[in-house]
Amino acid sequence: MDNKRRNFLKAVGIAAGLGIGGGFPLCLEASYAPENEEYLKDPEMNKGQRWGMVIDTRKFKTEADFQRVIDACDKAHNIPEKVANPRQEIKWIWKDEFEHVFPAKENPYLAERIKDKKFLLLCNQCDNPPCVRVCPTKATFQRQDGIVMMDYHRCIGCRYCMAACPYGSRSFNFCNPAPYVKEKNKDFPTRTRGVVEKCNFCAERLEQGLQPACVEASNGAIIFGDLADPNSHIRQVLKENYTIRRKADLGTNPCVFYIV
Amino acid sequence: MLEKALYGGKKYWAWVIFLLFLIGLGSIFYIIQLNKGLMVTGMGRDVSWGFYIAQFTYFVGVAASAVMLVLPFYFHDVKKFERIIVLGEFMAVASVIICLGFIVVDLGQPQRLMNVLLHPTPNSILFWDMIVLNGYLLLNIVIGWYNLHAEYKRVSHYKWIKPLVYLSIPWAFSIHTVTAFLYQGLPGRHFWLTAIMAARFLSSAFCSGPAILVLLALILKKVTKYDPGKEAIQVIAKIITYAMIANVFFFLLEVFTAFYSNIPGHEHTLVYLFSGLHGHDALVGWMWIMAICGLTSLVFLIPPQFRNKSELLVVGLILLISATWIDKGLGLVVGGFIPNPFETITEYAPTGPELMISLMIYATGLLVLTVLWKVAVSVKKEIGTF
Repeated sequence: MDNKRRNFLKAVGIAAGLGIGGGFPLCLEASYAPENEEYLKDPEMNKGQRWGMVIDTRKFKTEADFQRVIDACDKAHNIPEKVANPRQEIKWIWKDEFEHVFPAKENPYLAERIKDKKFLLLCNQCDNPPCVRVCPTKATFQRQDGIVMMDYHRCIGCRYCMAACPYGSRSFNFCNPAPYVKEKNKDFPTRTRGVVEKCNFCAERLEQGLQPACVEASNGAIIFGDLADPNSHIRQVLKENYTIRRKADLGTNPCVFYIV
Repeated sequence: MLEKALYGGKKYWAWVIFLLFLIGLGSIFYIIQLNKGLMVTGMGRDVSWGFYIAQFTYFVGVAASAVMLVLPFYFHDVKKFERIIVLGEFMAVASVIICLGFIVVDLGQPQRLMNVLLHPTPNSILFWDMIVLNGYLLLNIVIGWYNLHAEYKRVSHYKWIKPLVYLSIPWAFSIHTVTAFLYQGLPGRHFWLTAIMAARFLSSAFCSGPAILVLLALILKKVTKYDPGKEAIQVIAKIITYAMIANVFFFLLEVFTAFYSNIPGHEHTLVYLFSGLHGHDALVGWMWIMAICGLTSLVFLIPPQFRNKSELLVVGLILLISATWIDKGLGLVVGGFIPNPFETITEYAPTGPELMISLMIYATGLLVLTVLWKVAVSVKKEIGTF
């Protein structure tokens, strides 16, 4: 009798253990589900295996070409234009000179058209992101389609990811950013102080079947698409043009390419 | 035993109240930081870790250094350490509390601290640092406390302590190795990306930590007449000297690699620290003070006839602590962020609130140390081994 009860309890225990153990990976899996396809403007935008970007720097000629793109992103993501201390500013996409964007490629006799030029910078959405590797809470994580995302509600603000990012692409909210955001986009969260943020390749727009805001505003100067699909437009562009990447020698496999 | 901390003379209470005052004063600034965010610090997007994390790093070393007493005492039966060993273990406790304090005040969202446990992430070195630091804290509290307790009850040391003591030895190495790994595994931070970082951390820890211990123990002797033993201090001074020589040697290895290879990324931070880069030279004065203090400390420490004279030893130790503190508590962390990933320079200096909050943490650590040492000394007094 006693023995029976013990065996029964044992069986229940094992079954419960298996249940919990088996259920665990399942609940980890289902954190991201694409929306219903018929509501998408371009269903292809939801199917990327490995999103990537090509910036055709030849097409950025005037100050306005840059500003249009930067403004589109700032507006879409409630990025404060200016905070109290300029050293603590928030940047998702911005511009800088060649020698700062590509420090290892400096050259004292650089072609003039490149020397005097500005280049766009943003998160490289690395295939092998050091920021994800170091984050102690998985607040920054990589999606199946390659996008490196932030969970603003989980981030503890340790800024280890900022030390790890070799591209200076991460910003920390040293103060509450909300008062500095001019026009608020109600469809995207404003961040709280004390968390890190960065470009998310417009994951929220991809979900709706839209191109990233910067791509849309660039008049064709930025190409966005699926690097894993050999027939995609972006792969065609990469096939036809010589491109460079920022600090590719660090093994991060950056997914933003530049045509210079 | 803890009640022994409640019985003390006027001077003892004045000191405790003074520390509480400093803690209170600093916490005003911490409340301001909690309300306004880390904007009250000198940190920014380029130098995103500053004084807090640098001090954290330094005190991990101080904590780890207890092993320089524990290892000879328990492994090699160095009986001379009998009277100072508990002071070392309790200093490790206070140091780890300082470390944890600096981590917490550095967080942007400290109330989410437990996310590190709720979402354990073994690929993050910070996760392991949390484990080794808290483990080390626990080990030293238990070992120090129960060894003292055994003495208090006049029984031989509890048997179950021994395995914990042996565990605490590699554990001490691990806390500073893991702390070095926080830095040395990051791509694109040239100054930190060096295999000798962990070894350098350990060597600087094993000279600076015992140096602080000896100074504090000498102060304790002045205040309470509790003598940790002249011979013990001489042996520790020898350990300090060897560790400092290794520390200087490891640093010179970095200098050689950077400048002989002539690779700009490796050179830049060292040039910035010691002679300034592109007109930015905020740390140059500090670094030369470090170099001079470091080398002079060796002059006082290497010849035995100097080292064995208490007054000269004290001078040597103060110089050594200054040098290692500037090196690790200032230059190493800040320097790693300069130049930034765009090869441009944003300098850093801590702000007033940052220093006041740091003062709060130092005072907390000192209060913990005061209470623990008070208990230890009272116990030794009571059992007559004073």
